[in-house]
Amino acid sequence: MHEVVLRIKRSEPSVSAETRFDEFKVPVEEGMVVLDAVHYVEQNIDPTLGVRWNCKAARCGSCAAEINGRPKLMCKTRVESMGDKITIEPMRAFPVVKDLVTDVSHNFEIARKIPPFTPKKDTPTPFLMQQSDILRSKEFRTCIECFLCQDVCHVIREHNSDYVGPKHVVKIASLDMHPLDGIDRSNFMHSDGGLGYCDITKCCQETCPEDIKITDNAIIPEKERIVDHVYDPLGRLIHRIRGSRWQ
Amino acid sequence: MASNHEYSKVESDVLIIGAGGAGLRAAIEASENKKSVVIVSKSILGKAHTVMAEGGMAASLGNVDKQDSWKVHFADTYIEGVYINNWKMVEIFSKEAADRVYELERFGALFDRTADGKILQRAFGAHTYRRLCHVGDKTGLELIRTLEDKVLHTDTRILDEVVVTKIVTEDGKVKGAIGFSMREGRFYVFQCKALIIATGGLGRLFKVTSNSWESTGDGLAIAFRAGAELRDMEMVQFHPTGMVWPPSVRGLLVTEGVRGEGGILLNKEGERFMLRYSPKKKELDARDVVARCIYREITEGRGTEHGAVYLDITHKGYKFIMDKLPSMYNQFKDFAGVDISKEKMEVAPTVHYHMGGIKVEPETEATNVSGLFAAGEAACGLHGANRLGGNSLTDLLVFGRRAGLGASHYSDSARMGTIDEKEINDEIERIEAFTSKKNPTNPYELIEQLRQAMSSKVGIVRNEKDLNDALAVINQIKGKLDKIGVAGGVRFNPGLIACLELQNMIQNAELLVRAAIERKESRGAHTRSDYPGTNDEFLKNIVFRLENGQIKMNMEPVMKPPKELQEILLEGEKTNA
Ligand SMILES: Cc1cc2nc3c(=O)[nH]c(=O)nc-3n(C[C@H](O)[C@H](O)[C@H](O)COP(=O)(O)OP(=O)(O)OC[C@H]3O[C@@H](n4cnc5c(N)ncnc54)[C@H](O)[C@@H]3O)c2cc1C
Ligand code: SF4
Ligand code: SF4
Ligand code: FES
Repeated sequence: MHEVVLRIKRSEPSVSAETRFDEFKVPVEEGMVVLDAVHYVEQNIDPTLGVRWNCKAARCGSCAAEINGRPKLMCKTRVESMGDKITIEPMRAFPVVKDLVTDVSHNFEIARKIPPFTPKKDTPTPFLMQQSDILRSKEFRTCIECFLCQDVCHVIREHNSDYVGPKHVVKIASLDMHPLDGIDRSNFMHSDGGLGYCDITKCCQETCPEDIKITDNAIIPEKERIVDHVYDPLGRLIHRIRGSRWQ
Repeated sequence: MASNHEYSKVESDVLIIGAGGAGLRAAIEASENKKSVVIVSKSILGKAHTVMAEGGMAASLGNVDKQDSWKVHFADTYIEGVYINNWKMVEIFSKEAADRVYELERFGALFDRTADGKILQRAFGAHTYRRLCHVGDKTGLELIRTLEDKVLHTDTRILDEVVVTKIVTEDGKVKGAIGFSMREGRFYVFQCKALIIATGGLGRLFKVTSNSWESTGDGLAIAFRAGAELRDMEMVQFHPTGMVWPPSVRGLLVTEGVRGEGGILLNKEGERFMLRYSPKKKELDARDVVARCIYREITEGRGTEHGAVYLDITHKGYKFIMDKLPSMYNQFKDFAGVDISKEKMEVAPTVHYHMGGIKVEPETEATNVSGLFAAGEAACGLHGANRLGGNSLTDLLVFGRRAGLGASHYSDSARMGTIDEKEINDEIERIEAFTSKKNPTNPYELIEQLRQAMSSKVGIVRNEKDLNDALAVINQIKGKLDKIGVAGGVRFNPGLIACLELQNMIQNAELLVRAAIERKESRGAHTRSDYPGTNDEFLKNIVFRLENGQIKMNMEPVMKPPKELQEILLEGEKTNA
């Protein structure tokens, strides 16, 4: 039977500063994904190998890692597409907990700060909305919170700004583009969110496993919104009177 | 041993175990009732099994089919449950479903719309009318994200990647729970006034399943050990359509939405066989019916080389499919290299849902243990012998909310539990023992044996001999449980989690198989080739309880619905006939 070699980065920073690569030989089955190969190791060779997963169906966003240096979901990456020797490392932008598992909890702290969906005043219920009006927001709602876009963003990797990162811009855009949302998040996006640090390299967009057009459809419109609402108070006033084009 | 272990102690009025739809909805309710709330979950926040739900949530809004009403929803649910549901739960459910859907919309969920701007509803198996509110084929994702957001904006304390291993009680009353954080590698002691179990199902007892890693039925096992009653354990739903090829994705769900949107089932010979079995409802008959028909086609030699039948939606074309079923398109493209707008899918039944679980009071979701509540797939009573597609997501909202309310009211007059040092140390030592054995048995080998036996012996069509064989395997594994162990410590050690889960899985499997042996008839999802008929003598629920370390089994007669509901059922039977 055909075999591949997995090279897996191992470490447990709270115990020791040591990191190493362990190599494991894994027999290949038809259609196998990288997560299957990692499970083979866990079940047959080393059950202590730290790995996070849940759905094994590319739905939950748990199994993000760097496979041959590229940020990917382990359960969505076919073994045969990665060559005979596959290197697997944890995401680089987050602190390592153990082996392939990183601590992504900071993202939930950011999520807590994002002003939640707030319907426009006096909107009658049940809501009435047209399908064509919800499409823009719907794109962003396919986000599985895998944090791969955060992982590739150089601004986040450098850790020296207060930019919340593409995943959170996607969230904010999903709220802003809800046809019945009634609040303005551009001040938040501009000041707390640090969107100015993003220089539109589109790396996030190219990585998203859900094919969300993060830069084109979320970041750029949010940047324009800031220009309109934050830097152009007169424009903002006009929008307020005439209704914003974003709503 | 008097050794004192390090741990963190957390107190709250209400402790919730499980952050799927049911747990999150309960947290919102308890928090709105001004209770301090802690919610713990084995997976990261937002990644619970609920995230996978696809097709939609059922509520009789009547946006597409005006004739729909709670009464028809009541009748559909009760009739498909083959009369062993708790009628009161079905009544509450069908009356409150619409409110919960509209509430979710007010929380921010964006459902697909009708031409006049209302929530769109799609057809689903055995629902008389088009009833499933949906967000493409990602309804669970929208539901969990909306609730997650809401919870993040309350004071609820969220402790994710924490595994609960024990519920602590005293004199039949809950005091709290013990567990550990995988991320921190640290033990946790939770003291509370009321505790809600929302740990989901147990699909991973089986080899071929659509369920997530976390669905090992932990909540049922720990509640049972704490004295809670478990009901209808034998009732396991097989979804008719799971993927079969490649082996890596065997069991992965192909949403009923494919059939709801017009997909048809064909055997190897190209025959649309559902016309033969169910000329009226065809592909959209109840899940147990369709699953058994597929099973028959395959076992009688009319299946494909991979032991499957075909599901065909090519006639709808690429654009329609991308619009209505984008996840399915990608799933087949990514995992099987199949373009479902041009090629047929191969499908076979897969274990999908557990109708059984913790027995609860219909109004408050209280169990027989004071201060212990349960909701969602872990609880039991709504679905009877078969669950209708789309009824689970609404179940999470209706009874998640009620459990939050029930636990809040209970905690008004309850005292904060205090867990003794000895109980804490005993549990910590029990867990640490797994990591300090010499030459331990690998838990994964035993898990594999169990899952294999469950899938091959406790399948869609059961018989006494197979069930006894399964029980023998279970007993054999049980005998080896004290040998299992792994190296390493508590921090993110999958082998350790496997040891703990295996104990729970074996406990659940034993009850499931024993109940399946006891129910000597066929009803809903439980089919016995040696007892093919439905027998009124079994209008009963099989209930288990632990008494002084002994498993006690009870056959409880089903409570009959009151007269006015019986009349609704008579109406329903006419349309369903
Ligand atoms: C692929 C798929 C598609 C589906 N589609 C639909 C659909 O379209 N419509 C529908 O109505 N239903 C559908 N279902 C069923 C439905 O999704 C589930 O029944 C439902 O989501 C269960 O939700 P829950 O809140 O009860 O539990 P879950 O979502 O399963 O959550 C359980 C929670 O408990 C936690 N937990 C478990 N054990 C422990 C422990 N020991 N310690 C701490 N935490 C623990 C888990 O981490 C998790 O947070 C589908 C199911 C599947 C698998
Ligand atoms: S486009 Fe902006 S957010 Fe995306 S990777 Fe580049 S800098 Fe980061
Ligand atoms: S936007 Fe895409 S890459 Fe970023 S977290 Fe969401 S799904 Fe992942
Ligand atoms: S395990 Fe869920 S996305 Fe990979």
